[in-house]
Formats: sequence, structure tokens, C-alpha cells
Amino acid sequence: MIKDFERLAPKTLKEALTLLEEYKDDCKVIAGGQSLLILMRQGLVAPKYLVDIKGLSELAYIKDDKEGLKLGALTTHRAIEKSPVIKKKFSVLAEMEQRLASIQTRNWGTIGGNICHADPAGDPIPVLIALNATLTVTGLKGERNLPVEDFSRDYFETVLEPGELLTEIQIPALPPRTGAAYTKFNVIESDLATTSVGVSVTLGAGDGVCQDIRIALGASAPTPMRAKKAEAVLKGKKITDALLKEAGEVASTEAEPISDIYASDEYRRELVKVLVARVAREAIARAKA
Amino acid sequence: MKQELKLTVNGQPYEVYVKPKTLLVQVLRDHLGLTGTKRGCSDSSCGACTVMLNGMAVKSCSILALQADGADIVTVEGLARGTELHPLQKAFLDHGAYQCGFCTSGMLMASRSLLEENPKPTKEQIKEGIDGNICRCTGYNSIIRAVTAVVKGEYKEEK
Repeated sequence: MIKDFERLAPKTLKEALTLLEEYKDDCKVIAGGQSLLILMRQGLVAPKYLVDIKGLSELAYIKDDKEGLKLGALTTHRAIEKSPVIKKKFSVLAEMEQRLASIQTRNWGTIGGNICHADPAGDPIPVLIALNATLTVTGLKGERNLPVEDFSRDYFETVLEPGELLTEIQIPALPPRTGAAYTKFNVIESDLATTSVGVSVTLGAGDGVCQDIRIALGASAPTPMRAKKAEAVLKGKKITDALLKEAGEVASTEAEPISDIYASDEYRRELVKVLVARVAREAIARAKA
Repeated sequence: MKQELKLTVNGQPYEVYVKPKTLLVQVLRDHLGLTGTKRGCSDSSCGACTVMLNGMAVKSCSILALQADGADIVTVEGLARGTELHPLQKAFLDHGAYQCGFCTSGMLMASRSLLEENPKPTKEQIKEGIDGNICRCTGYNSIIRAVTAVVKGEYKEEK
């Protein structure tokens, strides 16, 4: 049963930030509520005040320019999945969204809400880490930008300070000869990941050497994480099957998964091992295409 | 404190007063008496509470009613025209796409929103369209057959 709360529905971002500053720790922000309402129903979160920002249309947008893609925090998952420009230039994002929960959830849930929920098994963050995305966090005193990989602090905890709101996600334009891929392992298709992996890779012109690679793991640690040691195995080298296998093995030792009803620690490490090699192979194929 | 909520359901405007924590499914079932929409898992897993909100399928158990202020809602009660069933409803009957019936209204609304967006879905797209809806009788094949029959034009809506 959800505990009673007072709902505050600001009409503008400024109003929202003013409310957040006033109520600080006594309030929670709700966007689509597709994750938050579940926690509230379980009694895990019981805010006195709920700042409802779902109606702030100024934070729902998809912009694409030479620098890259900008997503307003209140852009729905479904809008990202369906966006022609995202399908064309950042297809990995649309593919990830298509596997996130169900159509109904994607129609109402927002990318910013998902990121702020900070579930390590969530789909968007590993992809955004692979794509080297940054976030803009806004408070009454101003804005700050940070890499998406620094945003989650622990299970369901972020670096957002009281009074701050995630407002925008920026994804830099992909360099030439770059490919990105994502997959998750789960038993029921509309579920969260048991383990997920996102990879982006940039190959050298002509020589096919791995110039840059980013490997992100989901549901493999208290927060989505980069497998930096595995990246180091591949960076600067001509990638072979043997190297991919080694990178998977290294990533599985970097991961710090837990055992739960979905999978054991050991099983998740095995998934990381297999999926890192598989997803990296797909990213490389896309970089060559 | 209760707040005013205005919404249109199946073409009929309503004005109700609800607590902020009230969910859309509660307004539909408990305030408006439209019990065709089912409350199953209450955590977005089962899809039995699926309704259309401004043309989109959503799970009404996971939306604060006040977020739907001003919205246009269609529930399963809004499918038939008088005594004339909607093509999807006729097809569900003919293809035995009902077993216990609990998932049916959600399946119908998910299917209807799929067909509004894409009138000619493939079998894979139909499966994707209902993948947020669980049928514990596992009657998926007959549901997919029913939707396919509508896609093929075997059930025309009478004008």
C-alpha cells in the first residue's frame, strides 16, 4: 500500500528546482514512475512530498547536431526507440530500448527516470557508458556535467545532491569506423538483465587496429561499471578471437556480481566472460560495416 | 488532500476527486466502476491493467491518476459499439483466445494499440506487441491467431 504524500506539480524547470531546494530530503522526484511506484508500493520509499515533473515538456526532446545527440531527461523510452535519427545514427540505443521492459512501460517511463533509479541491472546506463555519454545535472545554483559512469554511487543511489535534477543526456557523435552493440541475458524477455554488456569500438583506418574501446557491464557490480582491464587487453591491438576470449576472462574477474534468485555470482561471471567477447565481436563487425 | 482530476474515458468526460497516491486503475475500477480493466500483479509485470492513454498502451496500475489529468483514456469497455463487438473481440471469441479471461482486457488493449500504430504487423511484431502481457493459461497461440485474423481483414468493423 502506498503511503500518503503531497504531490507538487511544477509547471517549469525553475519551479521544479525551487521545490527541490525547499523540500530537499523530504521529497522525491517522480517522472513516469515506472520504477518509483513499485518501490513506494513495497514501502521502500515513502516520501512526504512527491515533485511530479512528468508534465515538464521542456525536458522531453531529442536533438541531433554535429556534436552528437542530446536527450532531455523526460524523453520516453518509446520516443527514443522510435526516433528515426537515433535508429540511423545510434542504432544501439534504439535496440536497447526495444528490449527494455514492455511497450506499455516504455510509453510512460523516461530515460532520465531510469538513470536516476540507478538499478545496476537497468538497460540504458551500460549502453550510455559504452557510448561515452555525459549527463547534465541542474540545481538552482547552476549546472554541472559528469560522465555517466560516475553517476551511480551504489545500488539505487546516485551522486545527485538534494536540490539537483538530472536534466540532459549527451552522447557524442560516433567517430568514423566506430561500432557499438549491447545485449542482455535474461530469462523473460521483458525483464531486467541478469547480466548485460555494452561495447563501443573504434578501429584504425586501413589497419583495423583497435584505437579505442569501451566495455560496460550491467548487473555485474553495485553500479554499472566499465571493464577497464578488459579494454586494455584490446586497445592498440589488432583484435583476434584469442584476444576477445582473453578480454572476456579479464572482464569476468573485474566484475563483482552478487548471487540472487536470478543467478549465482559464478554464473554471472561466466555470462560476463561469454557476453563481452560476443558483444565486442558484434561491435567490431559494425565498425567495419 | 484530495485533488480534482478531469479525464475522458471512452468518450465520456469525468471529474473525480482523488488522493495523490491514487493509481489510474483505481480511478477506472473504483471511482468509475469500469471493472473491465483488471488489477493483477500491481507491479507492471502482468499487463492485465493495460488501457490506452492518449493513444498509447500503458499499465494503469503503474501510473498516478493525477498524471493522467486531461487525458483521453480508452478501456476495454470502449471497444464495442453498443452491442456490436470490436473486430478484435470477435476474433478472440472465434479463436478461443480466452481461457480464464483475466488477461483478456489487457491483451485486447495491447493488441488494439499495436494495430493503431501498425495495421499490418508480422507475427513477430504481434508477439512483441503483447510481450508486456502475461496469460497464465498460456493461451498465447490462440491470441496471436486472433490478432492475425484481424490483420488479414477477416473481421471488418461495421460502419
